[in-house]
Amino acid sequence: MLKIENLHARVEGKEILKGLSLEVNAGEVHAIMGPNGAGKSTLGNVLSGRDGYEVTAGSVTYNGIDLLALAPEARAAAGVFLAFQYPVEIPGVNNTYFLRAALNAQRKVRGEKELDSMQFLKLVREKLKVMQISDELLHRAVNEGFSGGEKKRNEIFQMAVLEPQLAILDETDSGLDIDALKQVAQGVNTLRSPERAFLMITHYQRLLDYVVPDFVHVLAGGRIVESGDRSLALKLEAHGYAGIGASHPAVPHQAGAQA
Amino acid sequence: MNSMINDSSSATALRDNADVAEALGRSYSAGFITEIEMTGLPPGLDEGTIRAISAVKHEPEWMTEWRLQAYRHWLTMPKPDWAKLNIDPIDYQAISYYAAPKKQPKSLDEVDPALLETYEKLGVPLHERAALAGVAVDAVFDSVSVGTTFRKQLADAGVLFCSMSEAIREYPEIVQKYLGSVVPTGDNFFAALNSAVFSDGSFVFIPKGVRCPMELSTYFRINAQNTGQFERTLIVAEERAHVSYLEGCTAPKRDENQLHAAVVELVALEGAQIKYSTVQNWYPGDENGVGGIYNFVTKRGDCRGDDSKICWTQVETGSAITWKYPSVVLRGDRSVGEFYSVALTHHFQQADTGTKMIHIGKHTKSKIVSKGISAGRSSNSYRGLVKMEKGAEGARNYTQCDSLLIGKQCGAHTFPYMEVKNPTAIVEHEATTSKISDDQMFYCRARGIPEEDAVSMIVDGFCKQVFRELPMEFAVEAKKLLEVSLEGAVG
Ligand SMILES: Nc1ncnc2c1ncn2[C@@H]1O[C@H](COP(=O)(O)OP(=O)(O)OP(=O)(O)O)[C@@H](O)[C@H]1O
Ligand SMILES: [Mg+2]
Repeated sequence: MLKIENLHARVEGKEILKGLSLEVNAGEVHAIMGPNGAGKSTLGNVLSGRDGYEVTAGSVTYNGIDLLALAPEARAAAGVFLAFQYPVEIPGVNNTYFLRAALNAQRKVRGEKELDSMQFLKLVREKLKVMQISDELLHRAVNEGFSGGEKKRNEIFQMAVLEPQLAILDETDSGLDIDALKQVAQGVNTLRSPERAFLMITHYQRLLDYVVPDFVHVLAGGRIVESGDRSLALKLEAHGYAGIGASHPAVPHQAGAQA
Repeated sequence: MNSMINDSSSATALRDNADVAEALGRSYSAGFITEIEMTGLPPGLDEGTIRAISAVKHEPEWMTEWRLQAYRHWLTMPKPDWAKLNIDPIDYQAISYYAAPKKQPKSLDEVDPALLETYEKLGVPLHERAALAGVAVDAVFDSVSVGTTFRKQLADAGVLFCSMSEAIREYPEIVQKYLGSVVPTGDNFFAALNSAVFSDGSFVFIPKGVRCPMELSTYFRINAQNTGQFERTLIVAEERAHVSYLEGCTAPKRDENQLHAAVVELVALEGAQIKYSTVQNWYPGDENGVGGIYNFVTKRGDCRGDDSKICWTQVETGSAITWKYPSVVLRGDRSVGEFYSVALTHHFQQADTGTKMIHIGKHTKSKIVSKGISAGRSSNSYRGLVKMEKGAEGARNYTQCDSLLIGKQCGAHTFPYMEVKNPTAIVEHEATTSKISDDQMFYCRARGIPEEDAVSMIVDGFCKQVFRELPMEFAVEAKKLLEVSLEGAVG
């Protein structure tokens, strides 16, 4: 579904991604871990098409098309979803209205019929039940005055409604209390399906107790420096990133030193 | 004072991509011209012009004298230049002060089909079959009213709603009692000019204890070339009467600037409530700043009785230049004045708008919510005065002034003036200036919402507090209008 090859990307003239390669198939859950400043969010931003992130080399193929050629909104319509590390507040814009506008904009691009407010409400109700989110958040403005945890849950709720094919979750587990973490995990598990893939960026192996990944990768110095299964996450938890880059012959010296 | 010029160094804010902006252009859908036979006065202004206007309208002698006295006063007044505007000098002799369709209809059934079609196209059908449900409309075309809908239903409720010309003939004692009682003829330069040459406008009278059974509205249309529109509106709500009134305005696209200098007077007696909403969409000029309406308006409400209330709500998207400060004089004890405003400027538009709240009575309250949105190279200023007179025991004002900048070549300015002569009065002021952030844009786009829609959505959210105050159907209109006005604002 997603094939990233030798991706190099710059922000403000500084090279952040330095030859990152990764392949994700439908149905898989990949966890991406790595030190602060390694380029994890940058990867998410590049995949979603954020302005200011300049790809200088490499390619990203998504379902056979060149993902990098698409505008952010076209990527969303094609099924790419990014749960933001820092969800953005949009004052005065009703959360439900926003989500319906998003869904309908995507449906329109895909040539599907737009949902009227009744149909949309029905969909929202279903998803609320699954996600165990209080509908109070729906009547408020997008993320305005939401607590950190509420913002993260709102991202997962948006994901549930938009039903993407490729979901990139950027530290959606950070700042959640244990109950909220379980809810988010349950949301992800509910959406796991043979057609859908997840890239979960996280610092904590705890999330992986609830959402069991198929692969765990370590991103350091702008590349994937090690890949493995769940046990890699446990190893990182025990020993940190210190041993990773250095012990790995495929990694150039500067990897891991970037912060 | 809180003045802020958008600085061009913040390159991360939304770029003004000239190519895209140009390609998208700005569609002003009301910009068409109606081909219709007109009569009118040639350009020029002297006492003869004024007598001629008065004669065409079969006005009584007192009215002619009232106009002449205003004209003589106007001649002595200096031209205003204090507002923060760039104005080419206006040649008052080059303007025609009266233009009207040749055929004067006696009733709506006789209105020229070309005119009906004009209003139909503007979304204001005048035939009562098709008319907006629950909204009575007075349509003013250039200098005259061409028809008023739902007259019978209104008359049954005791409400008088007709053109000003008609009111002067039919209800002279009411007109004479109230006309100029809120905005005196010599109030300011444009008010004096208007008093001398005003051609038409709407007249509303709600008698004691009556709640007007429907929304009233006037639709102003400038069509003829080189014509000024000088409308005059008077709304009187007697004791405990209630009325909600809306005006809409459009004009064709023309390269020359045209002058619109209106005066609106509201009188609220004891316990009366007047809600006056404006959706102003005069032709703003093109993307190079050529053409457009000069909109110089004096709007004032007088809360003459105790416990009365006047609320101004305005959505201003049109005009090359807007200069307008709807005000409330809070004379009655416990009277309430409110002002909710959205002013959007784009390209080379200039808006200098705000309000004045003059607290005279005890325990009077006022609330001001102003939302300014600037895009392109436009300039948008809020100018407000809150005055607490000596006797304004326990009076309160709350002012909130927010500016939103789109792009990096526009400017927003806030000029709040305060005069407090009573120590028990409380004045609060809050102001913010923000930009549509890259983060907000990316968040919307990453969810699938295209750029232009994202901007409208964010702007709409910014204006929520004001839109909430508009009558339902007009809130929808206003929202659409902002969308159209913002076309090409991002690239
Ligand atoms: N817009 C930007 N402008 C300047 N530098 C940037 C920008 N975005 C990212 N960077 C830099 O790129 C590097 C990688 O940042 P990124 O946010 O991708 O790290 P991360 O792996 O997500 O870290 P964390 O775990 O702290 O979230 C950092 O050094 C960061 O300062
Ligand atoms: Mg990050």
